[in-house]
Amino acid sequence: MAISVKVMRRPEAGRTSYMRATLKGMSLTFRHMVRPTKVTLEYPEEQPELSPRWRGTHRMEVHADGRPKCVACGLCPTVCPANCIRLVGGEDDQGNRYPIVYEIDEFRCIFCGMCQEVCPVEAIHVGQHFENAEYGRDRFVYDLDRLMEQDHPTTLLWDPSDPRSE
Amino acid sequence: MGEMQELSTFWFVTFGAVKVVAVFTVVMAVVAYMTLAERRVSAFIQDRLGPNRVGPFGLLQPIADGIKNIIKEETMPGTAAKFYFVLGPALAIMPAVVTFAVIPFAAPLPTPVGTVDMIVADVPIGILYILALSSLAVYGIVLSGWASNNKYAFLGGLRASAQMISYEVALGLSVIAVLLLAGNVTLTEMVWKQQQLGLWFVFPLSLAFIFFLISALAETNRLPFDMPEAESELITGYHTEYSAMKFSMFFIAEYAHVVTASALMATLFFGGWDIPFWPGDDMFRHEGAWIRGFDESGAPIPTSPSVLITLLTLAAFSAKTGFFLLLYIWIRWTLPRFRYDQVMHLGWKVLLPAALGYIMLIAGTMLVLDQLGVAYGMLYGLVLTAVSGVTTLAFLFFVDRDRVISGAHRKRPGRARVARPAGGPAGRTTSS
Ligand code: SF4
Ligand code: SF4
Repeated sequence: MAISVKVMRRPEAGRTSYMRATLKGMSLTFRHMVRPTKVTLEYPEEQPELSPRWRGTHRMEVHADGRPKCVACGLCPTVCPANCIRLVGGEDDQGNRYPIVYEIDEFRCIFCGMCQEVCPVEAIHVGQHFENAEYGRDRFVYDLDRLMEQDHPTTLLWDPSDPRSE
Repeated sequence: MGEMQELSTFWFVTFGAVKVVAVFTVVMAVVAYMTLAERRVSAFIQDRLGPNRVGPFGLLQPIADGIKNIIKEETMPGTAAKFYFVLGPALAIMPAVVTFAVIPFAAPLPTPVGTVDMIVADVPIGILYILALSSLAVYGIVLSGWASNNKYAFLGGLRASAQMISYEVALGLSVIAVLLLAGNVTLTEMVWKQQQLGLWFVFPLSLAFIFFLISALAETNRLPFDMPEAESELITGYHTEYSAMKFSMFFIAEYAHVVTASALMATLFFGGWDIPFWPGDDMFRHEGAWIRGFDESGAPIPTSPSVLITLLTLAAFSAKTGFFLLLYIWIRWTLPRFRYDQVMHLGWKVLLPAALGYIMLIAGTMLVLDQLGVAYGMLYGLVLTAVSGVTTLAFLFFVDRDRVISGAHRKRPGRARVARPAGGPAGRTTSS
């Protein structure tokens, strides 16, 4: 099978310029020097605008009485491709299932958002948040309380105004 | 006033010491802020912001850099020649900081004890002193390149020496044109001669200025001639093995050279501290008195130094030097680096013969003008300007088409073109 390779021909001697090209280049750089196009976002002072579908730090939704919405169905640890959710489910005396241990290792997480997609009660969410730097590695395993404390906006995995993700 | 009061030895020494300290401090401060300006301007050219975190607009960045470089660990390659390795940066920095001594930076300053020349040392050999010392800087570079015991550093050192020698020639020849017109080698007198001519030397000697600019870029190892560093080929050339303050010293040396070269260009070709279109600042020591010029009958017109004129001329000098500093940065972030053979070609086969021819031309024109009895003044300058202008245009036309420097491929005479492989025109498709 023929592979097309485009070969750039160097200009023939006598058909290029140096002085004029230099002056042209200098005028171009001068224009930028006096009027630079602003493209840099000065991050800590200016915040980037996150997409509504940005998938960041997790967040656990909470009932009005303070209990986690999670019913310990076990779907999210099963679906998680990075295998970073640890769930130990329990049952109270009325037969309601609830998570005794629920931990997400944010280091191993690949932020695919499948836990949010699969959750039957819309309990676990990925959020529009990315500033989760810590001083130690152990702080990256978020336990249930910490997940419930998060208050950043959650991700719109499915944007109603853009149903086919275009 | 007119008559001038000579400084007593005590005051001469005192003011000398003050001037040394002041000029050294100012040059170092300019060097420090030149690094910041370089980074900010290059950032603007590339639509970035540059360092702007330390202090307002990043103005304290050079101080932070200095502190960092002093407290950083100094590495010493195990196989380096230790003595020369340490000597290298010292040798590089010394010539760079002493060359500024002979450049006059303002009109003389009157004080109650006498008039003080605004120049550190008004040595009678002026420009020769600069040429002699600035070429010493290459020893530091060659030595550090060799002592590092690193092949890239060594190549950098070799390139530096070859380049310095090549462009020193063109630099010297372009200065000769100035010497012809000024008739002296002291820089104070050159400023005075430009004031007398009524024209800055850049006009009557336009081609010499272009040669000087090109050679100065090459002498200071700045892009497009930074062969000794050439990051993409030699890592960073001669200072590859250096770290912390020793590395900084190479940088200070390079920038100090740039500052000196800019000041020199301003002095030789742009009237030094002369304020354009204003004869009021013209001032020269003539037979023990300050004069502004000569009237029709040849009698000197007296003038007297004043503090205001000193300050204004200092501002004019700073503005001119600042412009060239900016030009250096501007050129660096516009032009790509030459290939090594192009650098050598340009130096030996273009600049050297062209500068020689130009000297003959200027000398011939001046001889004709002198024979015709044209006095040294505006008319004299204008004739030279016309001659130079034509030559400059011709030279620029000659180097513009890629006869000299280009990336174009050159058909070698006597070598048949490579036969195209069968199966279609070469340059479009290749079958496999
Ligand atoms: S976002 Fe993906 S990888 Fe992260 S916890 Fe949820 S399912 Fe696992
Ligand atoms: S999928 Fe939802 S309800 Fe099921 S365990 Fe995960 S968070 Fe709890």
